[in-house]
Amino acid sequence: MTRPGTAANVPYRMPPALFDARCRACWYTVAVIALVVASFWTLDLQWRQFLSLDAMRSMGRFLGEFFPPDLVPAFLRKVAFATWETLAMSALGTLLAAAGGLVLALPASRKHQGDAGWARAPTRLLLNALRSVPELVWAAILLIAAGLGPFAGTLALAVHTTGVLGRLFAEAMENAPPGPSAALRAQGVGNGRVFLYATLPQVVPQLVSYTLYRWENNIRAAAVLGVVGAGGLGQMLAFHMGLFHMQKTATVLAAMLALVALVDAMSYGARRLLTR
Amino acid sequence: MFWTGAALVVLWPLLVATEFRPWVLLETRNLDVTRRFIASFFPPAHSPEFLALVARESWRTVAIATAGMTLALVLAIPLTLASTRVLSVSALAGRMAAVPFAIRQLVRWLLVLLRSVPELVWALVFVRVVGLGPTAGVLAIALTYGGMLGKVYGEILESGEHHATVSLLRNGSSRLQAFLFGLLPQNAAELASYTVYRWECAIRSSVVLGFVGAGGLGQQLDSAMKMFNGGEVLTMLAVFVALVALADHVSAALRKALG
Repeated sequence: MTRPGTAANVPYRMPPALFDARCRACWYTVAVIALVVASFWTLDLQWRQFLSLDAMRSMGRFLGEFFPPDLVPAFLRKVAFATWETLAMSALGTLLAAAGGLVLALPASRKHQGDAGWARAPTRLLLNALRSVPELVWAAILLIAAGLGPFAGTLALAVHTTGVLGRLFAEAMENAPPGPSAALRAQGVGNGRVFLYATLPQVVPQLVSYTLYRWENNIRAAAVLGVVGAGGLGQMLAFHMGLFHMQKTATVLAAMLALVALVDAMSYGARRLLTR
Repeated sequence: MFWTGAALVVLWPLLVATEFRPWVLLETRNLDVTRRFIASFFPPAHSPEFLALVARESWRTVAIATAGMTLALVLAIPLTLASTRVLSVSALAGRMAAVPFAIRQLVRWLLVLLRSVPELVWALVFVRVVGLGPTAGVLAIALTYGGMLGKVYGEILESGEHHATVSLLRNGSSRLQAFLFGLLPQNAAELASYTVYRWECAIRSSVVLGFVGAGGLGQQLDSAMKMFNGGEVLTMLAVFVALVALADHVSAALRKALG
């Protein structure tokens, strides 16, 4: 490195100047600031309307109307039923998705080293497409085929979750230790039985834990899915809010929060129990 | 046999509650509507005005997510600083004093409350207050993600090695100094990478928020779907999938660069 005429020891390097063309971090910072400024600039945000005294007062009135929540027994029974419907939607959707994910994970994974896996790329593309459209958008599309109600919501959850679980299942299968299946294959056992007796028993615990994790997510998703008309608590929320039944809305909201909090607490407890 | 019976007993209430009737899909009337809707997907809408509209709305979607995330950071950073146990001076002596403990616990509950209301519900509420448009979406993302970021930032800060921070505090530096010179440099990469990941999630959810009238691609998608305009729906879905994939790649690259 040392050429004649330069110092033998490397001079102390200062941190790069802020506008050094070679400083990557500076460019990232500039890009982030530019993105943020451009975002605020182009959105015609109505701060004045939101922060004005008038808006504050209407916000206060709006929140005041929530109280007291409607606690008539007949209405509570309806909310309880909607909560059960939400739970049922999430459970059935997740079950369907686990089945669908398993079916799609088979072509989406390489069974052994040297497996050509010709279906792998197209199946993964399909799984990615299913996964990248959110549940709510699926619900809005499926409403056209399945009509208003929880059935459309269940299908929407199932379709989106199939994409998520299919990919996770495929990765789990590809990462399973190859020993047992190689041993069976060397004996001339067919693909189907290799899967049933070697690969599946190894990955079942992982598949179950992925499915439970998605179920937890789906309960949360199912609670709001109804906003587009796909059943459950969300549909009641959108319905009563649309008609300005604020006290009923408050009850539905409370039920929704309680459901989410309950699921959070249970999953936290289960995780504590399992990792102890 | 037993297992089949047991499975049916468990599944039956679920099937009833979700009105699970797959044959509805195959009724001639429904099938007709579906077939017509799917047929109208092709050709996808591609007139220049429509593409310009889609491009503008896609940018608005990204802008809503970015602005929401910025406000969420503004909300989350002070709350994180207020709730982190590591930065407690009284805890240096062993147990935290009662008042600081109560304040930290209160801030935590506030974060949990912000986080546990789904952003879609916040958006529904804000649409009533500020009217249709991006303001409701930005506020909804800011509140929910503020809660989420605050909670996870707190967890990240508390999970690491505290030796440097505690030494600084013991030697009389202020809490902000201890944070800036001890806690932050240790966890900066993890904090930044989580923030970038959340930004990606915010883009996804800002599309969903459009369905309740919070602007962006989702709102256009909703109105196209209500008018059974299949061509426009297909184009916008394709743009949306591409947008999510792009955000995914950008965020992965950024997180890799952050190490």
